[in-house]
Amino acid sequence: MHEMALCESVIAAVEDSARVNHFTRVRKVRLEIGRFAGVEVSALRFGFDVVARGTLCEGAELVVLEPKGRAWCFDCSETVELDERLDPCPLCGGLRLQPVSGNEMNIKDLEVE
Amino acid sequence: MCTVCGCSGTGATLEGHHHHHDHDHDHHHDQDHHHHHAHDHPHDHGHDHDHHHDHHHTHDHGTHDYGRGPAHAHVPGLSQTRMVEIERGILAANDGIAGRNREALAGHYQFALNFLSSPGAGKTTLLVETVARLRERLAVVVIEGDQQTANDAERIRAAGAPAIQVNTGKGCHLDADMVARALDALKPADGALVFIENVGNLVCPAGFDLGEAKRVTLVSVTEGEDKPLKYPDAFAGADLVLVTKSDLLPYLDFDLDQLIANVARINPAATILHLSTRGGEGMECWIDWLVKARNEWIEDLALQAEARAAGLRQVMTGAIAGVRP
Repeated sequence: MHEMALCESVIAAVEDSARVNHFTRVRKVRLEIGRFAGVEVSALRFGFDVVARGTLCEGAELVVLEPKGRAWCFDCSETVELDERLDPCPLCGGLRLQPVSGNEMNIKDLEVE
Repeated sequence: MCTVCGCSGTGATLEGHHHHHDHDHDHHHDQDHHHHHAHDHPHDHGHDHDHHHDHHHTHDHGTHDYGRGPAHAHVPGLSQTRMVEIERGILAANDGIAGRNREALAGHYQFALNFLSSPGAGKTTLLVETVARLRERLAVVVIEGDQQTANDAERIRAAGAPAIQVNTGKGCHLDADMVARALDALKPADGALVFIENVGNLVCPAGFDLGEAKRVTLVSVTEGEDKPLKYPDAFAGADLVLVTKSDLLPYLDFDLDQLIANVARINPAATILHLSTRGGEGMECWIDWLVKARNEWIEDLALQAEARAAGLRQVMTGAIAGVRP
């Protein structure tokens, strides 16, 4: 996927924050990546280490929170929690589900010095 | 500038222009300066800690300074860690530019479509045929995204529409800034149709809003009916799914009903049409969908404008009056 581009975007956001919040080194970056966001977290980790080289994120720990997604089931009209985008409805077994959350791709916070 | 990284990252070029993707990390240097000032000072004097504090209280919004931080470094000269809350979407930079594109397009009544598919599904051929059918009635412009070559833009121009090629270099998708620059260069007429052909890829383009009004995902009958399940993101955001090359159906074991069921599973709200640019089967339905979607979009803009005008008149008559806090 575009994990490398996402990592570049994370570093850019951290650099923006560094300008405002005056820090020179980042120890930990906490991201929230929903289960339906289509992001391969292992590729994200690999990409982060590569992209972070030579930046203030070099050597920083990447923490990825992966909240479950929620979807609305067209068959039973309930909002249900899903581990995977293509899982059937846990209530009725229906397959037609419209995600309502789980696409999150956010930078939560940083531990800096 | 690449909106993903905000720097020279992708090396994307607009056809005919050499894009200044060489402003690299200028801001880096600025930033270093900042830091030097901020930190050299305390190191010289051994007042690291105090200095930090001054800064937090004067500058920060969205910074939580827990004072003693996780390192509990209260000894002068030892660094102290702290938490900085960001709460920002990873693609916020792209989404901001996409929002501006959407406003600019609406301001000029330009209906924009973003076409996604795997390479070879027939996006360019569909656009060539669509331009040929519409060019007498409507101004149409095309933004062509590919990693390399201007071949597709040339095909569109040969069909009679202005086109600009965006070469994304190593990038695997168009982003909102590339589209903003392409629109600047093309300057479509008011009311024009804007077709944006994304890089052939069912994965990455799905995550990047370009500011389009509608998204169209193509899947050809030679690709297999499980494409929507394998690449759900490309189908989840689609307003229309076009099944292409339907003239080949008699020669294939392709199960059209299964494909339709798979699309419905990922995106129950999407419209699904099938067509063949060779025989022309289904082309009328596609053009009808396009014209109807454009009319509905314009109608929606008209309603918003009327509501805005009504509000402004109420301000004039005093029915909406500013109240001093």
